[in-house]
Amino acid sequence: MSLAKACPIENSQAIPFSRVPCVPFDEFHRHIVETGHHGTRISSLFVMETSGSAPSSGKTPPTLIRPLRLVAILANDAGKTLTVISTDIGTSYPALTPTCPQAHMFEREIAEQWSVLPEGHPRLTPVRFQPPLRSNDGYPISANTAGLPGVTDFFRIEGEGIHEVAVGPVHAGVIEPGHFRFQCHGEDVFHLEISLGYQHRGIERAILGGPHRRTLHHMETLAGDTTVGHTLAYSQAIEALSGCKVSRRAKVLRAVGLELERLANHTGDLGALAGDVGFLPTASYCGRIRGDFLNLTALICGSRLGRSFIRPGGVGFDVDSERLTRLTDGLSRASKDVHVAVEVLWETPSVMSRFEDTGVVSRKVCLELGLVGPAARACGSEQDIRRDFPRGAYRTSKILLPAFERRIGDVASRAFVRWAEIQNSLLFLREILQQLPPGEIIEPEAAHLSRTLEPDSLVVSLVEGWRGEICHTIVTDAHGAFARYKIVDPSFHNWIGLEMAMRNQEISDFPLCNKSFNLSYCGFDL
Amino acid sequence: MIRLLHPLLALLFAPLLQGIIMKTQAFFAGRQGPPVIQPYHDLARLFRKGAVFSETTTWVFRAGPAIGLTIGILCLIFLPLGNMPAMVSFHGDLIFLIYLLSLHRFFTVIAAMDTGSAFEGMGASREMSFSALAEPAFFFGLATIARLTGTLSLDQLIHGININLWQTHVGSLALVVVGLFLVFLAENSRIPVDDPSTHLELTMIHEVMVLDHSGVDFGFIEYAAALKLWILGSVIVGIAIPVRTGIPGIDISAMCLGLICLAVIIGIVGSIMARLRLLQVPQLLVGACIFSVIGFLIQ
Repeated sequence: MSLAKACPIENSQAIPFSRVPCVPFDEFHRHIVETGHHGTRISSLFVMETSGSAPSSGKTPPTLIRPLRLVAILANDAGKTLTVISTDIGTSYPALTPTCPQAHMFEREIAEQWSVLPEGHPRLTPVRFQPPLRSNDGYPISANTAGLPGVTDFFRIEGEGIHEVAVGPVHAGVIEPGHFRFQCHGEDVFHLEISLGYQHRGIERAILGGPHRRTLHHMETLAGDTTVGHTLAYSQAIEALSGCKVSRRAKVLRAVGLELERLANHTGDLGALAGDVGFLPTASYCGRIRGDFLNLTALICGSRLGRSFIRPGGVGFDVDSERLTRLTDGLSRASKDVHVAVEVLWETPSVMSRFEDTGVVSRKVCLELGLVGPAARACGSEQDIRRDFPRGAYRTSKILLPAFERRIGDVASRAFVRWAEIQNSLLFLREILQQLPPGEIIEPEAAHLSRTLEPDSLVVSLVEGWRGEICHTIVTDAHGAFARYKIVDPSFHNWIGLEMAMRNQEISDFPLCNKSFNLSYCGFDL
Repeated sequence: MIRLLHPLLALLFAPLLQGIIMKTQAFFAGRQGPPVIQPYHDLARLFRKGAVFSETTTWVFRAGPAIGLTIGILCLIFLPLGNMPAMVSFHGDLIFLIYLLSLHRFFTVIAAMDTGSAFEGMGASREMSFSALAEPAFFFGLATIARLTGTLSLDQLIHGININLWQTHVGSLALVVVGLFLVFLAENSRIPVDDPSTHLELTMIHEVMVLDHSGVDFGFIEYAAALKLWILGSVIVGIAIPVRTGIPGIDISAMCLGLICLAVIIGIVGSIMARLRLLQVPQLLVGACIFSVIGFLIQ
């Protein structure tokens, strides 16, 4: 049986939307399942309205409804291929999830955003409790959407000695809101269900018809700790659609911003992991060193989180020679400190006994669920956008993949992978900062880029943020405005990984497992 | 008058021990840390505040902290400090003291259960299962000393410890001190058993039981916790430091110095190791039991 031909695309290169193959649903389904067996991940799966006429389903009035198209962006890390394929759907379609589990969250999202029913989806609960995205009211809104966050049916286990523990959305610490429902037997967790949506701001809806003046701001605040990552993904997509070339200097500075963000967050995470097991030295020192890395970002652009740094067409701030010296000095100082603070962690048996064999996610589960980023690399899945689909400075200066021995998907593996990535990022930064190319930092016409976007096009922009793969997909309409803007934060893939990690664990280890993933709530809620 | 001295010392300086622990941990974390008298500021702040009570709680919840503090103060009456005699002493008062501490725990637990919260229920269940293991270790430890000194009164028992006894029975005394120290860490919710500074409600033991208390009530709980630290601390120091010169100045200074050292040791333990996995805590406490039992057997 021959597979449907999916259209190969490049990271951050626009293609005419007409080139996206639209195949019958059966072929679409078979393609995703078959390629999934060969290690292809679903980077993004979304529904958009098309301008054609509705497929005749008989029941619905054809006048109000614009037909829906299901688009899949598929990434094969080993083969370094990125493909797109699509199919037309009506008010319902047979769900992909039973044969392709990594589609589960995407299909729940589709059901919620478009009132389309994926038939046979094993657990169709609301994702964000958001109102439908559909532009007109052709279909009745199903009852499970647009409710209050957290008000839904939770999976329940009944029996003697079973008890339910509900945590959040208000937590004891200063963290984002999310609801966690544990089904426990004594101290053991049988099942954890996570319900989010408390921070839904309607970003995907707000930027439709854009880019607007606030779009860049939306990107910078999409997930506050991934400001550089998301803004970079957006900028790459806009540059692809407007045919803008970015100078080599700006490319290198962007990589500096992205790696500084990774360093700060990974260091903070290692400190927080130490704090969760009550190991004070690493917790306090890493907290401070995270600040040192954030201050280096602030040295470049004045914002510790990297706001206003990345701009479509280049970067907003240059690094002069005096700043460059301070940057490299600061890096080598922080590098020394972080070595001391983290190595103490591995040398302390009581810490390692807490980390090892806690919250294991097997490689098989990781691949089936399509986890991304450090969490997936900790399970032994080899993937990194910087290596597989490189853009900018990552094309010329190769970054090393994390080298570490423990890849069994436990908390220790997720801690080691962060440490290996910290070391690699430091090496990479030292290399690219030594040979900072001269030139402009931003395209002179950058301010007008957004007015000249290619009409009727599709672009997929991938960036390896510190949490993993960030995927922005833009489809433009006949006027070059956003007809659909799909954002997939790495957290969208990975929250299910935390649920799996908690099975048969002690409930008292939940904070530790949670921190080892350290996922974003607002990046998920959009 | 001298019999009033120890309860007064304890009431005044118990929070200071917590301050010393915090200062030690801050030192290891490379921070300056809060001032040593921070616990007093915290208590003053809590006593100025009003309390909030959940509508689902009953008088049990409100009574818990007050009863807890009352029991804490009551314990001080039976507590000697080295050569300093206890206010009241009778045959078998060491068993009475252990059960006063159990009563304190009982009221903390039922106040926690009264809220009906899943967290507090979990904390209560953890506290009870761990204390069931800590209690025998404590009993055997004191029984060992009682056998050595031939008395069941805490006052005479601590008084009976001296250099000679340490020279003749160093093995069993040392084992008892280690066993009691482990119990002391567990009872005072210190690392490696519990982490008093965590905010993670799913991992806490003692702290989770008092999550719903606020204001004056929470102040009572904190103060009672400080007293408990002093009570168990003074028993350990009384056994571990055999300074019995008969000169009050030297004896009292030795004991106070011992308590400060104990606080520093807790701070160091809390800084150089992580918390145990919750399911390994019973192993630690069984270990404490074994230390005490061996100490009891080898004399």
